[in-house]
Amino acid sequence: MEEKIYKRPAGLQDNINGYCPGCFHPGIGKLIMSVMEEFDLLERSVMVDGIGCVASNMSYIGIDELNTPHGRPCAVASAIKRCSPETIVVTYQGDGDLASIGLAETMMAANRGDNISVFFVNNANYGMTGGQMAPTTLMGMKTSTTPYGRNAQEHGYPMHMCEVLNTLTAPSYLARVTLIDVPHIKKAREAVKQAIQHQLDGKGFSMVEFVSNCPTNWGLTPQESIQFIKDKMLPEFPLGEFRNR
Amino acid sequence: MERVVMKGCEAIAEAAIRAGCRFFAGYPITPQNEVPEYFSRKMPKVGGVYLQGESETASAAMLYGAGCTGIRAMTSSSSCGISLMSEAIAWMAGANLPVVICNVMRGGPGIGSIQPSQQDYFQATKASGNGGFRMLVLAPSTLQEAVDMVYSAFDLAMKYKNPVLVLADGFTGAMMEPVVLPPAKSEEFLAAERKENEAWACTGRKGAAQRHHLGCGVVPGMATRMPLEEKNKLDFAKYESWKTTEVDYEDYQTEDAELIITAYGVAGRISRSAVDLLRADGYKVGLIRPRKIHPFPEIAFEKLDYSKLRGILSCEMSIPPQYYYDVDAVVRRRTPIATCLRSGGEIISRNAIIEEAKKLYGAK
Ligand SMILES: Cc1ncc(C[n+]2csc(CCOP(=O)(O)OP(=O)(O)O)c2C)c(N)n1
Ligand code: SF4
Repeated sequence: MEEKIYKRPAGLQDNINGYCPGCFHPGIGKLIMSVMEEFDLLERSVMVDGIGCVASNMSYIGIDELNTPHGRPCAVASAIKRCSPETIVVTYQGDGDLASIGLAETMMAANRGDNISVFFVNNANYGMTGGQMAPTTLMGMKTSTTPYGRNAQEHGYPMHMCEVLNTLTAPSYLARVTLIDVPHIKKAREAVKQAIQHQLDGKGFSMVEFVSNCPTNWGLTPQESIQFIKDKMLPEFPLGEFRNR
Repeated sequence: MERVVMKGCEAIAEAAIRAGCRFFAGYPITPQNEVPEYFSRKMPKVGGVYLQGESETASAAMLYGAGCTGIRAMTSSSSCGISLMSEAIAWMAGANLPVVICNVMRGGPGIGSIQPSQQDYFQATKASGNGGFRMLVLAPSTLQEAVDMVYSAFDLAMKYKNPVLVLADGFTGAMMEPVVLPPAKSEEFLAAERKENEAWACTGRKGAAQRHHLGCGVVPGMATRMPLEEKNKLDFAKYESWKTTEVDYEDYQTEDAELIITAYGVAGRISRSAVDLLRADGYKVGLIRPRKIHPFPEIAFEKLDYSKLRGILSCEMSIPPQYYYDVDAVVRRRTPIATCLRSGGEIISRNAIIEEAKKLYGAK
């Protein structure tokens, strides 16, 4: 008798995703949906998408879903949660969305301790618009708007959102994870579970930051992009749980 | 029906709560601070949500989120604050969300002045954001009208699945006047409406056959987007339908009038009393005052007998004028149009209107 040990999570639509080959985005979406399924939340959750490659989710995610103005997911999600407290509300945002144009919305939702879960995809650039500099772009990294590499004098330094939000009192769960191999994927899934559990327990603002890749705009193969994460991204963005209470 | 003396902004907030508004987000800006302050006091008592946004941009985004849950929801601001909201206003129009926005106008452009003005007419009626969407725009000239219009704005928003803008001004917001407050909508009514709105709200599938997706280019209740041009056409048809269903204006003493004064909002109120004084003086003068400035009441001007008219005096608190151009577009040079204008926070004076009217009227 064969036993089914792996299947497509029920929270994904039956579409083929159009993300670039090797991109972590679809894997992250799948993790979130598999946790939703495990917690039996598919019928009572809504995903609030930012603008960017993140918004391509609308073709894959099977739960209720909103598109929102660029950077505003945390404000939108805070209002949904307060109007409909029984709904599990998650956001899905890139680094341009969450840490640049939406920085105020992110900080203030975290500071209010709004009971939402934020999934933050840090790929060190603006993926959708062609790989421009993001607040998370590494020092020296070439992007389409830092053709000579990011330098401190002109562009300042990469922003560390887990560390920044960890200076606030209200957030209840903050973790940084990645998806470079199976052990890390397992840890990432555990972090997603924690974030959702914090929301179920009414503890307030939770965020999981995914150190992600963008093979297309980094000009690397999927395999090389994983090596780049190990060599360059993780030293700048250390993994771990920053807050759990 | 309760008759009370209230300050404009507080009466606006009370009318909204009685209309069933259960979500408000806003950011401080004069001359409408009493609106959010009133909501912050009252919302906890009616089981509603009050949220102080970190900016107008965020407050309007919060309204977008609340609107997506099918609740009756509102924000208010003033002029330059509304500019910051234009992002989410365009999104709410694109997503067909039933929300109410109140602009208590102040001087402009930019930071302008905190005093009353009517300098946001184009913004309100033509482009409160990108993409060519339209809203119903209600323009109260008295506190009673402000209360009644805010009350009806929520029904209109739900009926048409469209943002509705109440365009008040700092004068109406700041003055105290006796008003009759409408009855509060019952909790049963509001609960039933919210239940009905589950047909499209984004609060979890709850066993529905398909998920809900809201955003620009999506008809509420659909699982995903439609071609944007198709969506634009659907919205256009809705805007066009308002020309037969939603035109609303006051026609005052126009029957035998040889001169028409036209104005909206607070300038309309002052113009009305100018008409009374001119009539007492033997001038055959009438008033056309749109209660909704979008859709514009073209019919009010079309049905005039231009062979009898000496002219039209268009009054507003905006320099350069804005409302004037809509009047001009429908009158099409069939009679001379003069203007009486103030701006930058200065209140238009009845005497100035009377003087301009007499000049245009000529010999009695
Ligand atoms: C107000 C506004 N400004 C700019 C854009 C253009 N834009 C679309 S996607 C995007 C980049 C998003 O980058 P990020 O948040 O890092 O997400 P990613 O694409 O990398 O997943 C930008 C700037 C927009 N849609 N709206
Ligand atoms: S552009 Fe980058 S982030 Fe976007 S799908 Fe492609 S690889 Fe992923």
